[in-house]
Amino acid sequence: MSDENQKTYDIIVVGAGPAGMSAATAAAEVGASVLLLDEQPSPGGQIYRGILSAPEARAKILGSSYTEGLAITKAFSQSSVTYQPLATVWQFDESGSLIYSVEGEVTQAKGSHILLATGALERPVPIPGWTLPGVMTAGAAQILLKSSGVVPDNAVLAGSGPLLYLLATQLIRAGSPPKALVETQTFKDALAAMRFFPLRFSAWKMLAKGFLMMREIKKAGIPRYKAAKGFRAEGSKQVEALSFDHKEERLRLECETLLLHQGVVPNTQITRSLRVQHRWNKRQACFHPFTNGVGLTTNSNYSIIGDGRAIAGAQVAVLEGRSAGSFVAASLGFNVDPADVFKQQKIIKKERAVRSFLDRLYQPPKEILTPANGATVCRCEEVTAGKIREYATIGCLGPNQTKAFGRSGMGPCQGRYCGLTVTEILAEENKSSQQETGAYRIRSPIKPVTLSEIAQCSED
Amino acid sequence: MESEYAIVGGGIVGLSLAYGLLDLGKRVIIFDEGDLAFRASRGNFGLVWVQGKGLKQPAYARWSRGSAALWGDYAAELEEATGQSLALQQDGGYGYHLTDEALEQEIKDYTWLKEQLGGNYPFEALRPNELRREEPNVGTDIAGAVYHPEDGHVNSLRLFQALASEVRRKGARFVPKVTVTNVVQQPDGFQLTYGKSNHHLSQKVILSAGLGAMTLGPLLGFKAPIRPQRGQVMITEKLPKLMNRPSDTLRQVDEGGVQIGASAEEVGLDDRETPGALAKLAKDAIRVYPALANVKTVRSWSALRIMSPDGLPIYQESLTCPGAFLVTCHSGITLSAAHARLLPQWMEGQANAPDLTPFSEDRFDV
Amino acid sequence: MFRRLDEAGKKVRFTYDDQDIEAIENENLAAALLIAGKTSLRVNPVSKQPRAPYCMMGACFECLVEIDGISRQACMVQVSEGLVVNSILDIGGNEDV
Repeated sequence: MSDENQKTYDIIVVGAGPAGMSAATAAAEVGASVLLLDEQPSPGGQIYRGILSAPEARAKILGSSYTEGLAITKAFSQSSVTYQPLATVWQFDESGSLIYSVEGEVTQAKGSHILLATGALERPVPIPGWTLPGVMTAGAAQILLKSSGVVPDNAVLAGSGPLLYLLATQLIRAGSPPKALVETQTFKDALAAMRFFPLRFSAWKMLAKGFLMMREIKKAGIPRYKAAKGFRAEGSKQVEALSFDHKEERLRLECETLLLHQGVVPNTQITRSLRVQHRWNKRQACFHPFTNGVGLTTNSNYSIIGDGRAIAGAQVAVLEGRSAGSFVAASLGFNVDPADVFKQQKIIKKERAVRSFLDRLYQPPKEILTPANGATVCRCEEVTAGKIREYATIGCLGPNQTKAFGRSGMGPCQGRYCGLTVTEILAEENKSSQQETGAYRIRSPIKPVTLSEIAQCSED
Repeated sequence: MESEYAIVGGGIVGLSLAYGLLDLGKRVIIFDEGDLAFRASRGNFGLVWVQGKGLKQPAYARWSRGSAALWGDYAAELEEATGQSLALQQDGGYGYHLTDEALEQEIKDYTWLKEQLGGNYPFEALRPNELRREEPNVGTDIAGAVYHPEDGHVNSLRLFQALASEVRRKGARFVPKVTVTNVVQQPDGFQLTYGKSNHHLSQKVILSAGLGAMTLGPLLGFKAPIRPQRGQVMITEKLPKLMNRPSDTLRQVDEGGVQIGASAEEVGLDDRETPGALAKLAKDAIRVYPALANVKTVRSWSALRIMSPDGLPIYQESLTCPGAFLVTCHSGITLSAAHARLLPQWMEGQANAPDLTPFSEDRFDV
Repeated sequence: MFRRLDEAGKKVRFTYDDQDIEAIENENLAAALLIAGKTSLRVNPVSKQPRAPYCMMGACFECLVEIDGISRQACMVQVSEGLVVNSILDIGGNEDV
């Protein structure tokens, strides 16, 4: 282990997205010593990836939802926070210490409090053929654009959620318009969502933004197929087409790049490893760590904020970050104006109000949550939905037994892209709730590390 | 009578017994807990192992060897029934030793055991040069290994899966996600209380409940002097073939990952993993196989062994409640074949049953 | 197919399975490989089917490559001059491939 062995801080923040940067900055402003650990080479998280180095032309293509992150990123960069990029945190102790590696060098650090701001993952989209080269998440395409200015030609965008429209407009502006949008969302979804629409200014503003995106897509002549189902990525060594059912017809769109999206879900790997309590959220169809108003988990040494706590987007993440950063600093004895925290909490409530509407509008269809037997669920170990159902018939009750029955969740991604699907399938097969079915138990290393890195933690 | 045998505990031990009892035509019901129960079966190392067993009690060496000898036929039967390979490999295994002193002590111990067994105990000490002829990737910084030709390993996940599906196919009833809270002997059998005060009546009852026997055992007149012992293990990413044979600390599973084990810690009912113990495992593993230094560990896990005071299995029919059996051990994979093929005969009081008195509770003064 | 919107930045060279590839300094390695037309980076060790970057954020492990004898996620590596990258194709476990 390096000389920094056992360094201690008032607060350690994990993740340099909007929530993490804001929390770290707020806590540092009132005098707390803060270490922020992040896996990427520069701050911003996935939403503001590469924001400090993006050329002007690229920023313009990405639009205001990207460039609005510049202010908080700059404030963070100028703060007194100790920022460690390229850090993989791979062990969390329940008492508040953690272990991370930077280029193979291992360090242990302890925080009086740890704020997790580790964000979201794309919801798994286990359609047949989703493991083919050329099939990626919509988020992946955005990251390529943000971090490297790289765009796909003639991509097909498929699934559901506002990110699909945002990505489509960005690709149009980049001069690489997508071939088509294939959407699972139905008219029924729109109707059902209406009753969740909050009559607030922010909600109308959001609708207007959506409307402008639709107009831009229409103007560019991109065909949109709505209420599509029966997705299949076709091809043998590489994706060649997306086929789907649309208005009683089977359609086939040839493509070399297929970008899938069904919304994002909290990344619960770390909170699971801490064995804090989680709760199934029916509307978002995923697990949330169980937290109080400022993000405190059922382990009092850890809070979680931003999309890793519950999906609410970057703006809420910033507010949650500031609020939690201030609150934790105050609880450690730093002088904080409580009125600020109350104010932020109030705005968070308002901003969150539109979430129910979006959740219902872009609700993932059943064929995504509990896919047909032929679809691969665990990409690493190649376990199909049919296999998971078969394990249920021979007594597999929960995700942890699935490992013993058939290795799902045992590959390098450690269950990140099969966990939710396995829970959903077993819940359905065993006629049990998702909450009762539970989730994979996550253990260290949170990310694969070499044996020599693990050996560096030797006590003798 | 609802069943002839009620088995409390659906891990490898319980399933192996059920498999054997079903072969004898018995009506079997299995009670099992949920997804997050302390499952020793889940923490196994996949070894079909003779080495190291019975260094103080030759009967245990004989019993383990007996089970290892039954394994080939047992695995073939399960493979034929399920159409799935169990990847059983039984062409010997190693006990690696880092220092000369440790190796010399081990040789002395095995020489003693061999004498006790009338010379019938094959083993060989391999010095670094001989060892590297067999295992070219072994490092230079170790003293050598003890080789035992009867050792081997198996894909224990597929064994578990095969038993789970075969036991169901052969007609066992399963009651999952429940804890058995009480067992009482009645004139017509044993009444088990489970879940929210449900009852089941069975002629006989088997406690293969792992640590659960600590609380259920005394109700049936067993001493059940067992305790949890934590074992932590790791598995690496899949690798090209690195090892030819398994050892008791390192083995390459048939899917390619290298399994590294295992710590032995007395920490009560705590099944969390700890960086210190994993670091020690990693350090020793790198010393034996230096190429592992750059290999990624994908997972660690930890489980609780069920240890008796002398580490040997306990096979006991209750003296106060005849018809109740305690079966507990920490080598459920190695002994799976013996448990399936030999214990049912003992429970049925058949003439060809093995002599299990060395494993009775008589040996403990409680 | 993927393309770069702009070619700004310092050019560097790295190798992938002995093939010389030009990229921009500090560019994301997975992006550089996609641009170079490397649509599949490895095979899945279970099915032996080709795999390629999926999430681009270090979560899916589909873009694993070998650098300095260690398996790394290409999407979590920045390209530098002279970087030597190899594909991980030789995974057979104990089955003889």
